[in-house]
Amino acid sequence: MPLPYSETVMEHFRHPHNVGALEDADAKAVEGSPACGDMVAVYLKVDAESKVISDISFESYGCASNIATGSIITDLARGKTLDDAKRLTWKQAAEALGGLPAIKAHCSVLAIDGLRAAIQNYEERHGLVTQRDPTTVELVMSRLKRVMNPMVGLDLVRTNLVTGVRIDDGVVTVVVDLPHDHQFANNIRAEIEEKIEPLWDVSHVIVELQE
Amino acid sequence: MDRPTIYLDNMAATRLDERVLDAMRPYFFDSYAVATSQFGYSLGIAARDALEAARAAVAERLGASTDEIVFTSGSTESTNMALKGAAAALSQKRGRHLITTAVEDFPVLQSLRALERGGYELTMLPVDAHGSVNPADLANALRDDTALVSVQQANQEIGTLQDLAALADLAHQAGALVHVDATYGWPRVPLKLDALPVDLVSLTTALAHGPRGVGAMYVREGTPLQKWMDGGFQEDNRRGGPEDIAGAVGFAAAMDLVDADETQRLRLLRDTLEARLLGVPHTVLNGHPQRRVPTLSNVSFRFVEGESILLHLDMRGIAVSTGSACFSRSLEASHVILAIGGNHERAHGSVRLSLGRYNQESDVDAVASALSEVVARLREISPLGKEV
Repeated sequence: MPLPYSETVMEHFRHPHNVGALEDADAKAVEGSPACGDMVAVYLKVDAESKVISDISFESYGCASNIATGSIITDLARGKTLDDAKRLTWKQAAEALGGLPAIKAHCSVLAIDGLRAAIQNYEERHGLVTQRDPTTVELVMSRLKRVMNPMVGLDLVRTNLVTGVRIDDGVVTVVVDLPHDHQFANNIRAEIEEKIEPLWDVSHVIVELQE
Repeated sequence: MDRPTIYLDNMAATRLDERVLDAMRPYFFDSYAVATSQFGYSLGIAARDALEAARAAVAERLGASTDEIVFTSGSTESTNMALKGAAAALSQKRGRHLITTAVEDFPVLQSLRALERGGYELTMLPVDAHGSVNPADLANALRDDTALVSVQQANQEIGTLQDLAALADLAHQAGALVHVDATYGWPRVPLKLDALPVDLVSLTTALAHGPRGVGAMYVREGTPLQKWMDGGFQEDNRRGGPEDIAGAVGFAAAMDLVDADETQRLRLLRDTLEARLLGVPHTVLNGHPQRRVPTLSNVSFRFVEGESILLHLDMRGIAVSTGSACFSRSLEASHVILAIGGNHERAHGSVRLSLGRYNQESDVDAVASALSEVVARLREISPLGKEV
């Protein structure tokens, strides 16, 4: 039986590129956690003048799709400006890898999140971000677009599973149209929390599952 | 397959023993008739004799009487039949409270969850760090309306053996029935039901080189049990559907081939393997150090994730299992590792290695070397554990 992973994924899994910590990194970010089963650290060296990523590396605690995406995304981002690298998407990474199984989408999205977080980290530290906007429903929805529904490999927003978002004094409530005993309810809940909680003015995230 | 496989996942499925197939073969091609009553035609009587001989052999091995053994389509069916059948039979007479443990396998957990949705009340007993149930916890949980206590003989992931005698005594003193899921223990781990006071037992030999798709259930004489699989009047009117003669014969044949010498050989191999794995830094044993299935070892490698370990081993022709969420069909981390107090990282990094008849010393050596290499390599990539 063939593996669910493409040859390219397996090649990057066997021999990942750009692995390890960068000693003198200009920025670093960690996304995910051992609890959710996947974790990625991304390290950046950035040319201060041109804002081009001169060196990049990653570390991964995770499954094959996580490791392979970390490898390909660091390949893709090297030599790009921060602005261009920011616009790299999961879809581009997946295409460069010859496809990824839908059920593994969340493991691989994490590597993209890691890259974006590292860039954001650099920008904040170098005064490239001027203001911090308060969290809005639109921002929450845009973050929820990165939470995958593992049944279909599409995000929660696109599959119309998010039926409401309320923001009240730092508490964000997300209403999801899934039964409590849904096979992936716990995963989806954990991922929503993971994506929304880091927002600077969010103190707590409540995920409400509808029957 | 173009490479030799070293198969160390015998707690999931086993290779059929050719001798079992030889014993089954006549019931596919010669005595293929349905088992008939003694007034039937000769071919059917021959089938019935084979079925009853298999039943007698199983009963004898277990210290049971022949009419206490029911053949089923597997231990999953046995468990459904035992739990749902006994709960239904007792709901009026006794009550609707059920007790089990947090580490049971899915057939028990999901059967009891289904009963819970139907209005039964379910108490889950915790386990200690080795996966053992404390009898005092059962004593505290038992009530006047407790109908049934379901406790496994051996755990499916970490192999811990429960103290069935102590738990069954407590349950019986309180007037509750006892079901034992013996899927992962017997026949490798003996069960003597003439000395052990339990009422219902789910059995298979599919993990001992017997056929899949056949199981058995022990029902102690007099145990109230509502028929669950409706159909004809087979199996003493306890399970509908024509009996699988070849399956029953294969079940008994596989059971007969499991002996103490072989188990001791595998135990020594397991001990050698385990000692080498625990020599890898930051590795912990999951399960009871002594009271454990002798063919199984479950260890967690910190800082690495099980699916990646599994894939690297597969590329080297080695098959093992992991409690990582990535590997499971539910995307949930092992409930067993979490129940013994492990965190998600310990569950994601857990690897179950289970030996069988066809494993040799060279397998153990190859797997121990491959695993320590793979873990070291994944740790190089991992952001975790670098400060250690």
